[in-house]
Amino acid sequence: MSHNTLLVFEVTILVLAIFLGFEVISKVPTLLHTPLMSGTNAIHGIVIVGAMIVLGVDHKDAFTWVIGFVAVVLASANVVGGFVVTDRMLEMFKKREPPQRDE
Amino acid sequence: MSSNTANLLYLITIVTFILALRDLSNPASARRGVQIGAAGMMLAVVVTWIRIGTTSWWAIALGMLLGGGFGAVAARKVHMTAMPQMVALFNGVGGGAATLIALDELHRILPPPGAPKVDISLAIVLSALIGAISFAGSMVAFAKLQELIQGRPITYSGQQFVNGALFLAALGCGLALVSGVQQQWLLWVLVGLALLFGVLFVLPIGGADMPVVISLLNAFTGLAVAASGFELENNVLIVSGMLVGASGTLLTLMMGRAMNRSIANVLFSAFGQIQDGGAAAAAAGADGGSVRSASAEDVAVMLAYAHKVVFVPGYGLAVAQAQHDVRQLADLLEGKGVEVSYAIHPVAGRMPGHMNVLLAEANVPYDELHELDEANGEFPRTDVAVVVGANDVVNPDARNNQGSPIYGMPILNVDDAQAVVVLKRSMNPGFAGIENPLFYNPKTVMLFGDAKDSIDKLIADVKNL
Repeated sequence: MSHNTLLVFEVTILVLAIFLGFEVISKVPTLLHTPLMSGTNAIHGIVIVGAMIVLGVDHKDAFTWVIGFVAVVLASANVVGGFVVTDRMLEMFKKREPPQRDE
Repeated sequence: MSSNTANLLYLITIVTFILALRDLSNPASARRGVQIGAAGMMLAVVVTWIRIGTTSWWAIALGMLLGGGFGAVAARKVHMTAMPQMVALFNGVGGGAATLIALDELHRILPPPGAPKVDISLAIVLSALIGAISFAGSMVAFAKLQELIQGRPITYSGQQFVNGALFLAALGCGLALVSGVQQQWLLWVLVGLALLFGVLFVLPIGGADMPVVISLLNAFTGLAVAASGFELENNVLIVSGMLVGASGTLLTLMMGRAMNRSIANVLFSAFGQIQDGGAAAAAAGADGGSVRSASAEDVAVMLAYAHKVVFVPGYGLAVAQAQHDVRQLADLLEGKGVEVSYAIHPVAGRMPGHMNVLLAEANVPYDELHELDEANGEFPRTDVAVVVGANDVVNPDARNNQGSPIYGMPILNVDDAQAVVVLKRSMNPGFAGIENPLFYNPKTVMLFGDAKDSIDKLIADVKNL
């Protein structure tokens, strides 16, 4: 595929993703704003893939080593921290049994 | 693994992210959404690893162990009250990663005869710029929420001008790079300017507005990641990044709407600055400025003999971790035949939904949590409204005082109740730094002290009645 064909394809999916992003969360209740923010925060942790790619190239110099390594560290923190924080927030919604009255 | 196979597997990841976002919009399925998203992320990492092969596998593993370990420990250890700043922190490092990828990519392709295509250099410039702003801004938001620096807006004259100049200078560096000037230092200068801009951009924004800012910076990081996707020609980065960019933008707008303020107002008005003497004095002193304080015994009697009590939780409840105690007091009152409910303001606490999370932890039944409009309909027939560490969300200035910075924000009209009890540490103004005439209202009594201690005293006194 030529570079320009690929670019047009990429722009196409980019624009579709914009609409999808708006559409998929359009009916979120207020109480889920924070967990949703945290969840999207975890999802952009996908930058880990980019960090792995730059650190994984052959024939790299010291600069690429260091910068790529730090990028992997930061991106991993984003992924793991993002998912754990979101899960902890939502952990609190899980129990739905009626409250016991102990009085 | 061929690149086609990899892209098909990446498509699965994309689908899991879309399902995750959809599930996160509903309380019943939210948790499953996170698990689906995490599984998709895992798949993307494994696929990428197989594609890279053995090149520097140990460095990648070590980096993941360090970063992931830090993320896991920090996210596990932190108290529920500190969640907002953790979101800021993890958002910032994501933006930082996007910036570093851009620096690395330019460094890799630039040595002659390398000449990046226009779209690639544009993507590099954008991801470096937006990622750096998000990184620096998030770190300032983190520092403000963690109270490492003061939460109040920090302003100086000519601020907007300085910020504008910085941004234009960064943009200038970017334009030079895109138009074909092959100098790596330009990107470094751009990143430096963007970092400075990120800091100065968030500094003048008050601590109470940080959730909206974090949400906006979250969308920024998404955009930076999408740009990284263009520079690495990687679909999963483009789509996932843009999904976050778009949904994050919409979420930011929704949060602004919940506060009845435009995003521009949040970002540029230095909200919560110490006001000009006139407005503040008029707000505070108008009712004669006397504050009535009550003992726990008095309040216990008020509560036990009321027909209807509404609890209004705020950040003070979160800080004192008093949610279980409030629940216990509510059960005790219900045992005495008092009707109890909770009024939840959309922006009570430091994040929308903050109070719902805490009260759900204490197993408060869902149907007792009433949102703004419903709660406001109930206050006129409420005997006692108990404000537990909330302040700005019950400030009548938002209704009456046009000079107040929160004028126009929908509030809980607790002053419609027969009596108001405010549990508060001291007379210090709230997070937004605004005086609250509710405390001077003749209907109001103050019960000073840590929310948890006060509630525990009330529980003991109600039991003794």
